[in-house]
Amino acid sequence: MIELNDDKCMHCGACVGACPANAIYLNEVILDFNDDCTDCGLCVKACPVGALTLIRTRGLKVPAVTA
Amino acid sequence: MFPKDSYDVVVVGGGPSGSTSARYAARNGADVLLVEKRQEIGSPVRCGEGVSMEIFKHVDIKPDSSWLVNQVTGARIFGPSGKFILIDAKNAGDEVGAVIERDNFDKYLATEAAREGAEIATKTSVVSFLRDGGEVCGVRIRRMGEERDIAAKLVIGADGFESQVARWAGFNTNLKTRDTTSNLQYRMTNLDLDPRFTDFYIGSVAPGGYVWIFPKSRDVANVGIGLLLSKIRGPSEAKDYLDEFIASDPRFKNASIMETVSGGVSVSAPLDKVTADRIMLVGDAARMIDPLTGGGISNGVIAGKVCGEVAAEAVKAGDFSDGFLQRYEKGWRELLEEKLYRDYMAKEKLVSLDDEALDKLIEAMSAVPLENLSTKEILGAIRKKYPELVKEFEDLI
Ligand SMILES: Cc1cc2nc3c(=O)[nH]c(=O)nc-3n(C[C@H](O)[C@H](O)[C@H](O)COP(=O)(O)OP(=O)(O)OC[C@H]3O[C@@H](n4cnc5c(N)ncnc54)[C@H](O)[C@@H]3O)c2cc1C
Ligand code: SF4
Ligand code: SF4
Repeated sequence: MIELNDDKCMHCGACVGACPANAIYLNEVILDFNDDCTDCGLCVKACPVGALTLIRTRGLKVPAVTA
Repeated sequence: MFPKDSYDVVVVGGGPSGSTSARYAARNGADVLLVEKRQEIGSPVRCGEGVSMEIFKHVDIKPDSSWLVNQVTGARIFGPSGKFILIDAKNAGDEVGAVIERDNFDKYLATEAAREGAEIATKTSVVSFLRDGGEVCGVRIRRMGEERDIAAKLVIGADGFESQVARWAGFNTNLKTRDTTSNLQYRMTNLDLDPRFTDFYIGSVAPGGYVWIFPKSRDVANVGIGLLLSKIRGPSEAKDYLDEFIASDPRFKNASIMETVSGGVSVSAPLDKVTADRIMLVGDAARMIDPLTGGGISNGVIAGKVCGEVAAEAVKAGDFSDGFLQRYEKGWRELLEEKLYRDYMAKEKLVSLDDEALDKLIEAMSAVPLENLSTKEILGAIRKKYPELVKEFEDLI
């Protein structure tokens, strides 16, 4: 699950374009997350300002992003 | 002014690619609606605003002082040691030539589209396709809390890096981490710069990417950074690296930030296919950004012209099949594809080099006389000094 820090968000859509599951939609200045998130963490890396945090909700899991 | 219920062509996204597509579709007789979800075309700016003068050769755009604010004479590329090479604007890629005001530039392009008869709807989002059986037959739009269905014979996806049109249409636009960058930029003021040059800094100051300084005048510039996702380890690295760069350079000692800009930029090879029945993709949505420079304005505009012209031809022929739209594939690939692949290869090589190798590269390149600064000459000079480095680039010659 992804948590958004609204204070930091620039509404730029970098996370939207980077998300392989299309789990994020930028509604002009509001980010909508849907249930398709796979916890891959790419959006966290793509966000230039660190507005996103990955909160692991699926028990023990090897971090998906190593590349 | 609410849009009609039906158009020949709906263009999704009012950036440079979308406006240019709309303009040339309308000019050639199509009934066009251009839909932009933001409340203002061109704003907020999400760009470094560097553009090559090349685009004026391809597309009928008259330089206008409202957006062409600084014509530079060259680009300086700094290696990690501080040595640099100067590339003449004529020989350089997408980023050298002029620094523009994107908000005004985008409005200029949208105005040109409107003058040709395209209708523009701002603060209006396209939220889904309409389908008849399996076939796309229009879009659903949302505007001021109201949803409406708009019939269209053809939908052009010019909706940028975050493109939904491409995904709705079933294109695989997913990017590898090595083909995606995270970008942050400050528009800074109270600087003391040489406005004749755009500056690029490569190496470990910006892993997998670069820092840019694009001056609008002596005291105002866009100062930004792009980092390759595959080189990023944790959150907010773009910001951290940029802040560190700025703190280390005395030119920014008294500077203030007037605007912060962020965004994603693809640095991938082009998609294998950007058309389907009743669908065309253009610009960032089609991953047409130059993978070496990250510049996408020119390519979007150049492809946009072809896209708009083919859209109008399709309307005239009454044929919106993928087969007919191959005219667009062929047209834009003839203009852009070879360079996109060449620059993709060059990027792949460059990101594999460490600081030491990059310094050698810059040093060898600085031995080439300015007027001879073609890729071939550069590689020749490097081969002389560091044959092992050129091996990496040999297949690009
Ligand atoms: C920080 C940064 C610096 C850059 N610097 C440069 C540079 O110096 N030079 C250069 O050439 N390029 C640069 N680029 C890349 C450049 O900004 C893009 O390539 C260019 O904007 C592409 O134009 P476009 O029309 O394809 O897409 P965009 O300009 O992104 O336009 C897409 C439009 O579609 C709209 N939209 C999206 N979804 C919908 C929807 N569902 N409904 C309605 N509207 C929608 C968006 O709001 C947007 O206005 C930079 C990018 C970034 C992020
Ligand atoms: S963690 Fe991965 S799947 Fe989930 S929103 Fe981020 S990019 Fe998308
Ligand atoms: S990438 Fe970061 S700043 Fe940009 S829209 Fe996503 S969360 Fe916001």
